[in-house]
Amino acid sequence: MGTFLDSFSFMADRLPLLLEKTGQHVWMCAVVIAVSLAVAVPAGLWLGHLHKGEFLTTSISNIGRALPNLAVIAIGLGIFGLTFTNIAIALLITAIPPILSQAYLAVDQVDPDLVRSARGMGLTPAQVLFKVELPLALPLLFSGIRIAVVYVISSATLATVAGGGGLGDIVLGQATYGLQGVIAAALWVAALALLADGGLALLQRALVPKGLRAARS
Amino acid sequence: MSAPLSGGPVIPDFGEPSSCVANDSTFCADWFTGHWSNLFWPALVEHLELTLIAVAIGFVLAVAAAVLAHFQGWLAAPVSGVASFLYTVPPLALFQLLVPVTGFSVLTVEIALVSYTLYLLFTTILTGLREVPEDAVRAARGMGLTRRQILFKVELRLAVPSLIAGLRVATVMTIGVVAIAAYVVDQGLGSLILKALQSPFNTQFIGAGALAVALALAADAVLVLAGRLLTPWARTRRA
Repeated sequence: MGTFLDSFSFMADRLPLLLEKTGQHVWMCAVVIAVSLAVAVPAGLWLGHLHKGEFLTTSISNIGRALPNLAVIAIGLGIFGLTFTNIAIALLITAIPPILSQAYLAVDQVDPDLVRSARGMGLTPAQVLFKVELPLALPLLFSGIRIAVVYVISSATLATVAGGGGLGDIVLGQATYGLQGVIAAALWVAALALLADGGLALLQRALVPKGLRAARS
Repeated sequence: MSAPLSGGPVIPDFGEPSSCVANDSTFCADWFTGHWSNLFWPALVEHLELTLIAVAIGFVLAVAAAVLAHFQGWLAAPVSGVASFLYTVPPLALFQLLVPVTGFSVLTVEIALVSYTLYLLFTTILTGLREVPEDAVRAARGMGLTRRQILFKVELRLAVPSLIAGLRVATVMTIGVVAIAAYVVDQGLGSLILKALQSPFNTQFIGAGALAVALALAADAVLVLAGRLLTPWARTRRA
């Protein structure tokens, strides 16, 4: 228990270090999440809109889920060496599958009657996607994004294995920072994941249309 | 690094190294097959053992907790709250947090692994139990089954697809986390990866990494098959 309390004094004493590592950590996660959102959201929404590619999206999400992070980093070390590419690929493999499969499911399962009535009102396919399907798909889409963000923040601690920096440097640096440092950094990562999840939950509440919220409650 | 990585750096090959090994090429098949029986196979078996123990314990605990929460609805929220918090702690950190309590032991690893499986298993099993058609439960009650008989003969059996779905996610995830457990105990494919980090050797990175990936995919496939065998009614209904 003493070490646990020490970890808080570590946080106070080594705040600049923690902030620096947190900065690296957040930057790394932000890059990966931005790329996976840019790739997986449009692809998932479009496939869902067409109701095609269920096999593709489910297989990608099954395989992506089955690939162990450390193993992917290890294979990457053999192929790319100690580079950011290696970590980015491992984290992208973690992040893309849940976003892609949830984005697909979210649009695919929109009530077909609503889509038909939208078409009957003369909306173009793009309008159907952006004005009808997308708003209705937001809750599920967000659940995929939240899963991915929490995964990425927690997996990014492994980046230190391939020299990627971040809070993993402290978590795996017991020799340098002592156990209190390890605990402090570990708590920091967990807090970061919970914060990101909470932030996204708030964003989701702000973005999901009011009419949908009323219908749900 | 305080973890006991016994054995020191791995020396790729005693005697005459092949040119592939000497140049540290991307992947040396001869070295991989040559060290299959003394390096890769034992690590694979250890990896599987650590995974099976964790998933088995996690499964028993999760089924018990889900059945309780199914009977006493108010239990569901606190249990899933605790489990989901455990789930957000990064594996690397959870292992480190447990080391002062339980030491560098298999126990430490299993405690952490089990706590990761709980969230996934508990939520999927509980959903499965709750989605059992009301009609089936009523019919069973009408036939005079007791509450316990309904649970074991109707609800748990109809929840098998959810049980399998939960087990699939939990198993592949555990295989991934066991690789990280090598920081605590010198076992499994992760320990080969960590040793290869100390004296970088590509074949060992790729060999151990690929085996971990293959193990995860194989375990997933086995569970899918088991699910098909256990739910013959699902096939006939679809046909």
